Amino acid sequence: MHPAFSVLVFTVMSGAGYGLITLMVIGHLSGLSQLQDSSVLLSAGILSFVMISGGLLSSTLHLANPKNAWRAFSRFKTSWLSREAVFAILLYPFMLIYLGAIWMDMTGAVVSVAGILTAVFAMVTLFCTSMIYASLKTIRQWNSSLTPVNYIALGLMSGAVLLAAVQSVVGGDLAGVLQQLALALVVLGAVCKVIYFFWIGKPAGSTINTATGFTQASVRLLDQGHTSNSFLNDEFGYTVEANKLVRLRLLMLGVAFVVPFLLLLSASSALLVIAAASTIAGLLVERWLFFAEARHVVRLFHGDQRV
Amino acid sequence: MKLGLVVDLDTCVGCHGCATACKQWNTSGTIGPLSDKDPYGRDPNGAWLNRIRTYEVDDSPNSKTVNMPMSCMHCDDAACVTVCPTGASYKRSEDGIVLVDQDKCMGCNLCSWACPYGARELDPDAGTMKKCTLCVDRIYDESLPEDERKPACVLTCPTKSRVFGDFDDPNSEVSQLVRDRAGKQLMPELGYNPVNTYLPPRNKPVVEQYQPSLKATVKGWVNKVISR
Ligand code: SF4
Ligand code: SF4
Ligand code: SF4
Repeated sequence: MHPAFSVLVFTVMSGAGYGLITLMVIGHLSGLSQLQDSSVLLSAGILSFVMISGGLLSSTLHLANPKNAWRAFSRFKTSWLSREAVFAILLYPFMLIYLGAIWMDMTGAVVSVAGILTAVFAMVTLFCTSMIYASLKTIRQWNSSLTPVNYIALGLMSGAVLLAAVQSVVGGDLAGVLQQLALALVVLGAVCKVIYFFWIGKPAGSTINTATGFTQASVRLLDQGHTSNSFLNDEFGYTVEANKLVRLRLLMLGVAFVVPFLLLLSASSALLVIAAASTIAGLLVERWLFFAEARHVVRLFHGDQRV
Repeated sequence: MKLGLVVDLDTCVGCHGCATACKQWNTSGTIGPLSDKDPYGRDPNGAWLNRIRTYEVDDSPNSKTVNMPMSCMHCDDAACVTVCPTGASYKRSEDGIVLVDQDKCMGCNLCSWACPYGARELDPDAGTMKKCTLCVDRIYDESLPEDERKPACVLTCPTKSRVFGDFDDPNSEVSQLVRDRAGKQLMPELGYNPVNTYLPPRNKPVVEQYQPSLKATVKGWVNKVISR
């Protein structure tokens, strides 16, 4: 699949933002002492708000006809993209109430209820995003429960690294709990990703034979019917050399997981900021790979033997 | 009603006549224009609703060239419709035709990702999704003579390899062809239940291989030995 840069930015940034606000709400409401300081909470909250909103704005850039984007709220019953849009908007009032209440030093039920709803809608939105991909039967590499698991694990992981960075920069020294949480989630994220790579490596599903209906003989493409590229070639024909993919996988595992893990051990504010930046950069490569390694069944009609 | 096409892979000669007639009719039809980017330049790219691909099936001397025209299959379980967030894509309950409302589409491409058959193409100029309409603006047009109320691609096909009809009616021409010629769906394992059905090539004797006689074999061998 052709990786659209605006979609990579959208899923990585908003995913990290949703993970950050969710973990912050949980830490704050469960009474973690380092997460009671309103300047830490507001910094993390505003960072999350900016990342989510920036991501959502970026997602509209890949629409070819954005003037109809408002209609995307209308098919909640059937479309995961519509559900994503609805929950993404529903989150805003609660997030604003929650952050506003913190800013005005309020405590009590308003903060708790708004906070819990913010965290719930954040996770639900992230889940809906992942289901847009996971629900497509046409793309074997996406059509799996590993897709939502990866999106949520990586969203929480990047959120945890960001939270650790913000807390140590704004609040002085890094809370041990947040450090351990971030370390654990980085390990979890890496494990999910490696399992995914093993899983997509196993050939399965449709072949050029089932696509053309000739299941008892070999089938080869002689002519795709047009001399220059079409929409289908551009969108689904995206191909990257296998050894480049392997190199990028290794680079991604290093930048997204190994580097942040090592930097997190240091607990120094400056290094934690670098860890957060490294995580985001690594996840952008991860998302690029998620698209570049996904092979749509239309490729079978254009001559691929299997996907 | 369940309207759709039967395509005969035995007789299709791969002339691209249906694709051209389709583009000609639909560019000024309900979902038109079907725009092209750089149409007379080095790298033209544009929206077509019907594409013809050519395959070689089996190995020589049994191999056969098969031309496979593909347009929207008007699937019974059309995921392209369920994924659409705007409601632009819809399937008509009265005849099963799948259409895109050009006034509602936001050009997110998701429906084209959900379609296994490559039947949807984004219009590079309008930014909306285009696909086969089953010539809905011909087949119900009462101002046309009755035998012309058929899709443009069906009317133009010089070998009559495309047949239009109602798959719900067991006595329609399409239903009979599917029964008699063991019509097949493409990629049935994905569960979209495509309506369009493909008639496989008829079985014919394979090309006869030349078998030299014993005398000719011996003569050939002797000639080879002597010339050395
Ligand atoms: S062929 Fe593709 S576009 Fe047509 S109904 Fe089926 S899934 Fe939808
Ligand atoms: S491209 Fe248009 S028709 Fe297709 S899913 Fe998006 S809004 Fe619906
Ligand atoms: S039925 Fe009409 S729109 Fe569909 S492929 Fe044929 S000519 Fe094109």
